[in-house]
Amino acid sequence: MTKIVEPDKQTNIFRRPSSEYGIWSWITTVDHKKIGIMYGYAAFFFLLIGGLEALFLRIQLAQPDNNFLSAAEYNAMFTMHGTTMVFLAIMPISAAFFNYLLPLQIGARDVAFPRLNALSFWIWTFGGIFLYSTFIFGTAGAPEGGYLAEEVGWLGNAPNGGWFGYQPNAGFKYSPGTAMDYWAIGLQILGISSLVSAFNFIVTILNMRTKGMRFMRMPVFTWMTFAVAFLLAFSLPIIAIALFYVTFDRQFGTTFFLTEGGGDPVLWQHLFWLFGHPEVYILILPAFGIVSEILPTFSRKPLFGYPAIVFAGFGIAFIGFGVWAHHMFASAISPVAQAGFGISTMVIAVPTGVKIFNWLGTIWGGKLNLKTPMLFALGFIGMFVIGGLSGVTHSIVPADTQQTDTYYIVAHFHYVLFGGAMFGIFGGLYYWFPKVWGRMYNETLGQIHFWTMLIGFNLTFGPMHWLGLQGQIRRTWVYAEETNLGFWNLIVSIGAFIIALSILIFMANWMYSKRKGEIAPFDPWDARTIEWTIPSPTPVWNFSKAPEVKSLDDFWHAKYGEDEEGRAVRRESADDLLLQLEEEGLNPEEEIILPNPSYFPFVLSSGLPFIGYAVIYKSIPLALIGVVLLLVGAFGWATEPLEEEFNTAEEEE
Amino acid sequence: MSKKSLFRYRNFSIFSLLFLSACIENAPMDSLSPAGPYARTIDDLFWLTFWIAVGVFFIVQGALVFAVFYFRDMPGKPEPKQIHGNNILELTWTIIPVLILAAIAVPTVRTVFDLAREPENALKVEVIGHQWWFEYKYPDYGITTANVLVIPEDTPVRLEMWSNDVLHNYWVPKLNGKRYLVPGQKTYLNLHADSAEEFWAQCGEYCGLSHSKMRGRVISLSKKDFENWVNNEKLDAQKELPEGSLAAEGQQVYLNAGCTQCHVINGVWDVQGDRIAPNLTHFANRNVLAGASLDNNKENLTKWLANPPEVKPGTFMPNLELSEKEIEALIAYLGTLK
Repeated sequence: MTKIVEPDKQTNIFRRPSSEYGIWSWITTVDHKKIGIMYGYAAFFFLLIGGLEALFLRIQLAQPDNNFLSAAEYNAMFTMHGTTMVFLAIMPISAAFFNYLLPLQIGARDVAFPRLNALSFWIWTFGGIFLYSTFIFGTAGAPEGGYLAEEVGWLGNAPNGGWFGYQPNAGFKYSPGTAMDYWAIGLQILGISSLVSAFNFIVTILNMRTKGMRFMRMPVFTWMTFAVAFLLAFSLPIIAIALFYVTFDRQFGTTFFLTEGGGDPVLWQHLFWLFGHPEVYILILPAFGIVSEILPTFSRKPLFGYPAIVFAGFGIAFIGFGVWAHHMFASAISPVAQAGFGISTMVIAVPTGVKIFNWLGTIWGGKLNLKTPMLFALGFIGMFVIGGLSGVTHSIVPADTQQTDTYYIVAHFHYVLFGGAMFGIFGGLYYWFPKVWGRMYNETLGQIHFWTMLIGFNLTFGPMHWLGLQGQIRRTWVYAEETNLGFWNLIVSIGAFIIALSILIFMANWMYSKRKGEIAPFDPWDARTIEWTIPSPTPVWNFSKAPEVKSLDDFWHAKYGEDEEGRAVRRESADDLLLQLEEEGLNPEEEIILPNPSYFPFVLSSGLPFIGYAVIYKSIPLALIGVVLLLVGAFGWATEPLEEEFNTAEEEE
Repeated sequence: MSKKSLFRYRNFSIFSLLFLSACIENAPMDSLSPAGPYARTIDDLFWLTFWIAVGVFFIVQGALVFAVFYFRDMPGKPEPKQIHGNNILELTWTIIPVLILAAIAVPTVRTVFDLAREPENALKVEVIGHQWWFEYKYPDYGITTANVLVIPEDTPVRLEMWSNDVLHNYWVPKLNGKRYLVPGQKTYLNLHADSAEEFWAQCGEYCGLSHSKMRGRVISLSKKDFENWVNNEKLDAQKELPEGSLAAEGQQVYLNAGCTQCHVINGVWDVQGDRIAPNLTHFANRNVLAGASLDNNKENLTKWLANPPEVKPGTFMPNLELSEKEIEALIAYLGTLK
């Protein structure tokens, strides 16, 4: 663009922000790396809150008939624990990985739509704040006509209908007050954020791959990101509609889920799980991807059966849409549906098994470097296998009618989502730590973290299998002493505090190493994928020149060949290559044009909570504020010029 | 063996030992102690799957632990062979799980349909879910009761269930799996107890504030005892009580303090149709109260009547601010409802 009409008449308000440091640089950034880091920190913050809520639950359940929390508080805590961990912790931590790594793995300078990327982060942030503002503004109480012995404290004024929000219990009649509205609208806002990023990632992967990065040369983490983006794009509209129904039922007197008005509460279960089961794979597939990066690197072997792992991932994602009613085996569904969904649930175990066996094939015969990321990846396999096997016992429909709604299920999905997803995530956090901060984490602390977490995790969730089979139901505020469940509940509670300790060790390591850790080389792990060809920490421009990829695991093959036996042999040219990369990485030859920062994603997103409050409190002024912010954001976004246009204009003057 | 891998191995085995040997005596909700044919069918299927899962567990974890120990990096270890995959191997570990799952699928599907079938000559009972107690009706006998389901031993029972408010989930672990109670539609569940015994029941689905206290008992009686129980339940409560007795005083409290707004005692207070609270006609014959969250004794009754929401948060039974004397009289009266 060379000619701008009367640039001096442009008002400064539309000028792009230019801070490179300080708070404004973060608020206005469109850099995928900064957004990734913000996602990571914010999600970790919510992970800590969700963990605190879990500790409250475990103190209450440490002994029978305990009264540490009131029923209202307990119900609010388990609802917020589930909601937080799913929507505000694991999903956004995965988003942190997608954001930071996806462009680096495909050799791009940023995602396809950088401002949209910032938008999805800010919508998510405002959604989280909105949801949590329920503790300040929300109200909850007994169902219409019911009585409470004491008033509900602030802790109990949070949503209390469960993260699954089963109707009609979560409807206005049985959950009066505003807390469940905060939940429904909060999730709606968070859903928008996920939809936005899903499309952004899909377009990025389709269009922004560097030269030679064919589909079957993409790292598995990128593949899994791709699968997750499709899962989000297809499953979130379902929950969005269901949440609109709930909000309409609660606010505007519709009766989608009310029997009295011809509605059907079982419909909510179908809609929720039609979203909810793909959601499980949204949570676990990123960890599959991370582990598939760590295992080959630390085994010094290629991933065993790369195409099988990729297709298994997509197979899981696809079949994941056909198993939802296994969450409802005890609900009002027919034997035919039970049999059908039981079988489809068994079917999904097959591609999952393929992945596990291929990971074992990857480490088999390797030269395993048991550093912290590798420990977490191996721990992931061990724990996920347990979760997978207990999952198969749920597909046995009659057995599931005994297990459903008990702690057996709680144990199962924590083995999948904590032992699986979170172990994978921690492995990833250690693995890419040097790339993000340019320093090494402390290996000793990392190993201590792994072992305390593995022990604490198994102590917490292992006995839960047993408790469930012994009849302890889920979401139970108290259990009777006569059920003889006290001993193992106490052990479980102790385990929960060991997990908390391990998290503290992780945080200490993180904060110390980020500042004082050893300076990291750009390829500390002798890794395989192209994000390790650039300096640590990643420069703002990522790649000094667009890399060209000739094969899967391109960087590895640039460093290593194979001898007659098929063993890896370091190429003589490898050292020169590394020197050259180091030199090039920090000194781009040509001028690099990066996407400009923008105020407007932040402005646009800030309107959404106001609209949410407006719906709850039926307030026109709040609605106006929200809509104005939204429109200003959208208009400013659409009209803001590129920074170069200003520069060109100023030069011309 | 390196320190690390030894520790890892030990961690696994100690854990699984603890897990398997942890036998809790007297767990009334134990889903692994079936006491009837339905629960036994499920139990058999569970153990079949469980042992297959244990087999797979040891193969996979064994391979994992072995690989970690055997293939870990040691000084002087040569670079590994670069194996990219093996089609035959991959096909094998795709097909074997398919076969195992197919083998489990057959009995699973058969059992699903077996369990759903309505048994012949079954006793019919209607189960109605309320926040937070279960109501039982015997349409063949015209009996309405609550909290305690009484059934004859060694006889199939067909439950026809629905909910009066939110979703509930009926579960008697020793007799069968769970089934939801849904407002506006009917669901069915079969029970069958081998012998005369008392079982615990519990609402499985989260149903609001006092979900955890929505419990129940199922008592199976010998056929003769059951017949006696039925005949007794059909009787109305005694209306005339000895004048001046504490029980007669309690009856007055019952009639005047507002209890009749929600409760029914057949023969004492003539009302048409149902009330939202349990029918109390034979209250003294039940061994539990307040959604089966308390044993039926004087101490618990005092606690309950003094402040119901304290015992069951959210309950629809208000604190009627009864005096100690009124409570004592009421308890005496309730004790006559046999």
